[in-house]
Amino acid sequence: MMQEGLDDGPDFLSEEDRGPRAVNVDLQTDATLQVDISDALSERDKVKFTVHTKSTLPNFKQNEFSVVRQHEEFIWLHDSFVENEEYAGYIIPPAPPRPDFDASREKLQKLGEGEGSMTKEEFTKMKQELEAEYLAIFKKTVAMHEVFLCRVAAHPVLRKDMNFHVFLEYNQDLSVRGKNKREKMEDFFKNVVKSADGVLVAGVKDVDDFFEHEKTFLLEYHNRVKDASSKSDRMIRSHKSVADDINRIASTLYTLGTQDSTDVCKFFLKVSELFEKTRKIEARVAADEDLKLADLLKYYLRESQAAKDLLYRRGRALVDYENANKALDKARAKNKDVLQAETSQQVCCQKFEKISESAKQELIDFKTRRVAAFRKNLVELAELELKHAKGNLQLLQSCVGVLKGDT
Amino acid sequence: MAASSPRNPPPLRGAENQDPLSEMADEDSDEGEDIFVGNSNPVAESFQPDTANGEEPADLFSEEETSTAVNSSITTFKSNGVHSDNENDLFAEVSVELSMENPSTTAKTSGAEFTPSLTLSATQPRSMEQVGYNRTSATQPRSMEQLEEEKDEDSFDMDVAVTNPEKIGDGMNAYMAYKVSTRTTLPMFRNRTFSVWRRFSDFLGLYEKLSVKHSLNGCIIPPPPEKSVVGMTKVKVGKEDSSSADFVERRRAALERYLQRVVCHPSLLQDPDVREFLERDELPRAVGTHTLSGAGFLKMINRASDAVSKMTIKISYSDAWFDNKLQEVESEDLQLRKLHAVVDSLVNHRKELCGNTAVFAKSMAMLGNSEDNTALSRALSQLAEVEDKMETLHQEQAASDFFILAELLADYIRLLGAVRGCFEQRMKTWQRWQEAQSTLQKKREVEAKLLWANKPDKLQQAKEEITEWEGKVTQYERDFDRISVTVRKEFLRFEKEKSKDFKSQIVKYLESLLQSQQRLVMFWEAFLPEAKAIA
Repeated sequence: MMQEGLDDGPDFLSEEDRGPRAVNVDLQTDATLQVDISDALSERDKVKFTVHTKSTLPNFKQNEFSVVRQHEEFIWLHDSFVENEEYAGYIIPPAPPRPDFDASREKLQKLGEGEGSMTKEEFTKMKQELEAEYLAIFKKTVAMHEVFLCRVAAHPVLRKDMNFHVFLEYNQDLSVRGKNKREKMEDFFKNVVKSADGVLVAGVKDVDDFFEHEKTFLLEYHNRVKDASSKSDRMIRSHKSVADDINRIASTLYTLGTQDSTDVCKFFLKVSELFEKTRKIEARVAADEDLKLADLLKYYLRESQAAKDLLYRRGRALVDYENANKALDKARAKNKDVLQAETSQQVCCQKFEKISESAKQELIDFKTRRVAAFRKNLVELAELELKHAKGNLQLLQSCVGVLKGDT
Repeated sequence: MAASSPRNPPPLRGAENQDPLSEMADEDSDEGEDIFVGNSNPVAESFQPDTANGEEPADLFSEEETSTAVNSSITTFKSNGVHSDNENDLFAEVSVELSMENPSTTAKTSGAEFTPSLTLSATQPRSMEQVGYNRTSATQPRSMEQLEEEKDEDSFDMDVAVTNPEKIGDGMNAYMAYKVSTRTTLPMFRNRTFSVWRRFSDFLGLYEKLSVKHSLNGCIIPPPPEKSVVGMTKVKVGKEDSSSADFVERRRAALERYLQRVVCHPSLLQDPDVREFLERDELPRAVGTHTLSGAGFLKMINRASDAVSKMTIKISYSDAWFDNKLQEVESEDLQLRKLHAVVDSLVNHRKELCGNTAVFAKSMAMLGNSEDNTALSRALSQLAEVEDKMETLHQEQAASDFFILAELLADYIRLLGAVRGCFEQRMKTWQRWQEAQSTLQKKREVEAKLLWANKPDKLQQAKEEITEWEGKVTQYERDFDRISVTVRKEFLRFEKEKSKDFKSQIVKYLESLLQSQQRLVMFWEAFLPEAKAIA
C-alpha cells in the first residue's frame, strides 16, 4: 500500500495542521510532559505511529525519546484506565477509533479495475483524488490518536499512570495483541450487562442536584450529538459527490473544447479550467467541514459517552453505598456481622465520596473543554468557509469577466 | 409599377387595389395609415428606407398590404393582408425566390407561386426585428441588394413567450393549456401584441406540419419537447406535489424555447402555419400526435432504410465539407450526451445535499437547545440557521443546474438529431439523383438494344422514356444542389446560434454560481462574530 510520511500531503489539508495537532480539544501544553505523534507509517493492514515524548519528569530515563506504537496498544492503554478502580472518578479520555482505510482501499481497487474504460487523464485524475482521500483519512487517524495521548498527558492524575509511562518509554513491542474472538464475546456480554445495569442505576434519583442535572443533561446531549454527527457525515458526503460531479463536468468540457479551435471551443476550455479550480475549492470546503464540524461532533460523542460512563460508575457506587447502608442496618438489627457490614459500608462510602469529589470537577472541566473546543472549531470553520467562498467568488468573477469580454 | 399589374384583387378586397399604389408612390409616409405608403416605391428599385427606422418593419411587407387593398381595419399598423378570417393561407406558397419585379401579388387568390415584390425571401429580410433571445443587433433596412447579402445578420423584433400553464378539465381527459403571447412589429401579423391558448399537442402538431413541409428542403427544424406519459398522468390525476409543479414548469420553459427557436428561423417564421399557431384563436386539434401517426410511422421506416443505404453511400460518395461536419456533429453528440449525464448527476447530488443540509440544520438546532452554555447554545442555533439558509441556496442552485445547464444540453442533443436528419435528407436526394442516373443509363441501353433489334414502335417508347428520365436526372441534380446549398446555409446558421446559445447560457449559469457564493459569504460573515462570542 502507500507509505506516506506525515508531511507530504496535498496542500489542501496541511495548512491547519501545523503546531499542536489537537484540533478538537483545547489543551494546555505543559512543559513537564509533552507528547505528540511525530510520524506515522501506513503498512498494509497496520498503521505505525511514532510517539514522541519530551519530559522533565524524573520518572523517565531521558528527556526526549520516541517509540513506535500500533492502534492495539492504544486500546490496551485505554482499557487499563477503564479497568483501574482508582480512576473510577475520572472521565477516561475516549479511545481513538480504529484506522479504517477499507472504503478508500475499495475505491482504489475499483479504480484499478475500471482503468481500461477511461482515458488516461481521467484515470490519473481519479487516482490522484483517491490518494488525496486516503491521505486525509490517514491524517485524521493520526490526529485522533494524538489527541488521546495529549488528553492523558494533560490529566493531573492519569499522566502519572505507570502503564502510560511504559507505553511512552518502553521501546520494545508491548506484546499486546488484539482481543481474540472469545475476549470480544466477553466484552460484548459485559457491555450488555453494563447497559442493563446502567439503566437501573440511572433510574435511581440522585440527592445531589448537580449530578441529577448532569445526568439528564448528558443523556439528552449525548443523543443529540450522535444524531448531529451522523447527519453531518451524510451532508458532507453529498458535498463531496457534488465536487466529484463538477470534476467530471470539467473533464467533459475539456474534451468538447479540444475538438476544434472555434470560438465556442475556446470558450469551453476556459469554462473547463474554471470548473477545475472551483471543484478543488468545493472539495476543500467539504474536507474542512469534515475536520472542523464532523470530527468535532464525533469526538464529543465519544467524550460525552465517557462522561456518562463516569456518572454510571458514580451511580453504581451510590447504589452500592446505599445497599451497604441497608445491609449495615440489617446487620445491626440482627446484631450479626456488624463489623463486617461496617467495614463494607465504610469502603463503599469512601469510594462513593472519592468518586463524587473528582467527578464534579471532571464534569466541570468537561464543560469548559467542550465550550472551548466548539468555539475554536466553529470560528475556524466560519473563517475557512469564508475564505473558500471568497476564493470561489473571485474565480467566478474573473472568469465571467473574461468570457463576457470575449463575446 | 404595381398599378399596372393585371392581377385579380382578392375577393374581399376592394377595388382600391391599384389606386393606393399609384397614389402612394408619391406620398409622404408619415401618416398613420400610410405607413405603408412611402415604401411602396421600391418595387423595382432600391428599397428606400426613408420612413423606416427600427420600428417600422412594415416597409417590406407593405407592398402586399397595399396591393391586397387591405380592408378598413388597417388603422392599426398591422399585417400585410394575412387576414386569417378568410382562411386562405395567403402566403401558402411563399417561395424562396427573390424577385425584383412587379409585385405580382395575385398569389393571394390564385394560390400560385407568390413572388412578393419586396424580397419576401426565405431569409428574413433583416432590419428591425429582435428575437426573443434578447439579441439586439437591429440594423436599418437596406437596399434590396444589401438585404440579399446580409444573410447572416438576424435581427428580429419578435418576442414569444409561453406562460400561465392552466389545467383544463379533470381526470384523464384533462390537459394543460399554455398561454402563448407574441409581441411583434412584423407587419405580417394582425396585431402588435396578442396571445392565444395552446395545448401541448398543438405544439407537436406545428412541428409535424413544419417537418412535412420543410425537412425535404434540408431545413433544420427545431424539435419540440418530448412527450411524457408519466409526467402528464401525474398532472392529470391532480397530484399537487412539487414534482408535478416541476414537470409543468419544465415543460413550459421547453415549449417557450422551442417556439423561440422556430420564430428565430428565417424561413420557418414565414410559414403560415407558424403564424396561424401564434395568432389564431382556435386551432383544430392536431391529430395523430398521440399515437404513431401514419406520417410518423413512415418516417421511422424511412429512417431505418436510410441507415442501411447510408452505409453503402459513404463509400462511393464524399464531399469533404459535409462529411467533416457530419462527423463533428456525431462526436459532439457523444460528448453532449456524456455531459448531460454528468449534469444530471450533479442535479441529483445537489438535491441530496439540499435534503441532508436541512436535516442537519434541524439536528444542530436540537443540539443547540440541549447545550447549557448560553453563548454556545446561541452559536449553535445560529449555525443551524446558516445551514438552513444553505439549504435554500442549494435548492436554488440545483434549479439553476437543471433549468440552465441540463435543459440546454438536452435541447441541443435533440437539435443535433435534427441536424443529422438534415444531412440524411441530403443523402437521400443524392441517392435519388444517382438512381435516376442509373435508370437513365439502363433506358439508354434498352434503346440501343432496340435499335439493334430494329423495333421501331418500342423504340419510340424507349426514346420517350429516355427523355423523361433525362428530365428527372436534371431535376434531381438541381434538387441536390439546392438542398446542399440550404443544408450548408442552415448548418452555418445553426452553428452560430449554438455558439451564441451556449455562451449566453453558460455565462448565465456562472453568474448564478457567482450569486450563490456571494450569499455564502454573507451568511458566514454574519455567523463569525457569533462564533467568536462564545465564552
